[in-house]
Amino acid sequence: MKYAKRNDGRKFNETRPITAEVGVIKNAVGSAKFQIGKTIAIAAVYGPNNVFPKFLQKPDRAILRCNYNMMAFSGSGDRVRPGTNRRGKEIGMVIEKAFENILDLSEFPKAAIDVFIELPQTDAGTRCAGICAASLALADAGFEMKDLVCAISCGLVGDQVVADLDYSEEAFEGGSVDIPIAMTPRNGEITLLQLDGEISKEDLKKAVEFGKEACLKIYEIQKQVLKAKYEETKQ
Amino acid sequence: MIVSKEYMESIIDQNKRIDGRKFDEYRKIEVEYGISPKSAEGSARVKIGDTEVLAGIKMELGTPFSDKPDEGSIMVNVELIPMASSLFESGPPSINAIELARVTDRGIRESKALDFKKLCVREGEKVWLVFIDIYPINADGNLFDACYMAALAAIKDANFPVLEGDKINYKEKGKEKLPLTKMPISCTVWMIGEKFLVDPTQEEELASDARLSIVILENGKICAMQKGGSMALRAEEIFKMIDIAEEKTKEIRRYFK
Repeated sequence: MKYAKRNDGRKFNETRPITAEVGVIKNAVGSAKFQIGKTIAIAAVYGPNNVFPKFLQKPDRAILRCNYNMMAFSGSGDRVRPGTNRRGKEIGMVIEKAFENILDLSEFPKAAIDVFIELPQTDAGTRCAGICAASLALADAGFEMKDLVCAISCGLVGDQVVADLDYSEEAFEGGSVDIPIAMTPRNGEITLLQLDGEISKEDLKKAVEFGKEACLKIYEIQKQVLKAKYEETKQ
Repeated sequence: MIVSKEYMESIIDQNKRIDGRKFDEYRKIEVEYGISPKSAEGSARVKIGDTEVLAGIKMELGTPFSDKPDEGSIMVNVELIPMASSLFESGPPSINAIELARVTDRGIRESKALDFKKLCVREGEKVWLVFIDIYPINADGNLFDACYMAALAAIKDANFPVLEGDKINYKEKGKEKLPLTKMPISCTVWMIGEKFLVDPTQEEELASDARLSIVILENGKICAMQKGGSMALRAEEIFKMIDIAEEKTKEIRRYFK
């Protein structure tokens, strides 16, 4: 089905408006809020923490634990039942994988670094917003990182490749394909990739290109808010 | 910062608080409405000092209780997520989370602030169930008052969903406000040693011996109470605490005008 014009009037490769802030949770070691369109993600980092039971400890490095959670009132339809669910667990796991190679976990043998991601409002692209927030929170906490991680969901709406699908596009009656991508912009490496739907290789290439472009834009915003925090401190 | 109980008591004995506040002084209170307007029927953020709580309302259709066929109901849930404090752990609700939720529930339910009869769609068949989900995202003491205020603000912010037949149309946003007819305000008074104080920080809370949460209506009537902590209280102490709560709820009330 044809998708000639986006519901909110954006260009096909354009993301929704993005705002970000670090240091939003005082108790945490590092924290951030990342909002893209109407999707809001808050991330808090605690640690290095002790790991119990002990057999989960890694003798040579820290383990990274990511917890992804939608608040009960954050869904577009019915209430989301609080507590763990399979979807949240899987997303938490792929987010861990998106960061494991970026952090220097060998600095904290036997310990754990905990990342908690909460979503007070969702409008698609939640895991990507969560990753962008987590990346800022880890940097805010002062953990050594090879690069920031940026993430965006690209895909196909009807016959059109687009960047940053919102909920109305994900639910497009002519079908949609959702491809969350996370990357480290400096070397262009992809640390998370998922896909649901049916897409040609050419369209996938274009979607990844859109993803790269959007991630670079997010990268600039992330660097800016991190720098802003320290400029504030200086004054 | 964790301060030992002995040290905290010695400071309190000198009529001082570690952050320099008076014993009956709240930290700065901020109430913000509509923090999740796309998804929730109503939502709010309440900050008391560094304590920050989000609350949101979702509504579902359900069948009424058989003894109250023409009344809807509320369900209050507090999640003490580990994001908010290193003292909280993941997993099923702890007893602290359950107590917070139930004390908040009672304040709203027993004051009859929300007109349950107006939550009835069709008597004996369909009523509105109002889910109030409360998430402290930074815990620095006094979650009792913060959770209660967040719940009240979220209800104040909430509109009925749009009904199409017996289904909720989530694509549209309703305009009709929830029937919040009264403003019951909660104040929790704490005891450390012999002294009463309000709005403790986390470290004051850890050093406290007893607390009493009191919900008071505009007309001065008390509509819910909960004593906590293991120290026993004398009746005159309880009435002293009620006097403090009466004064303080007058101040807090102006945030909910």
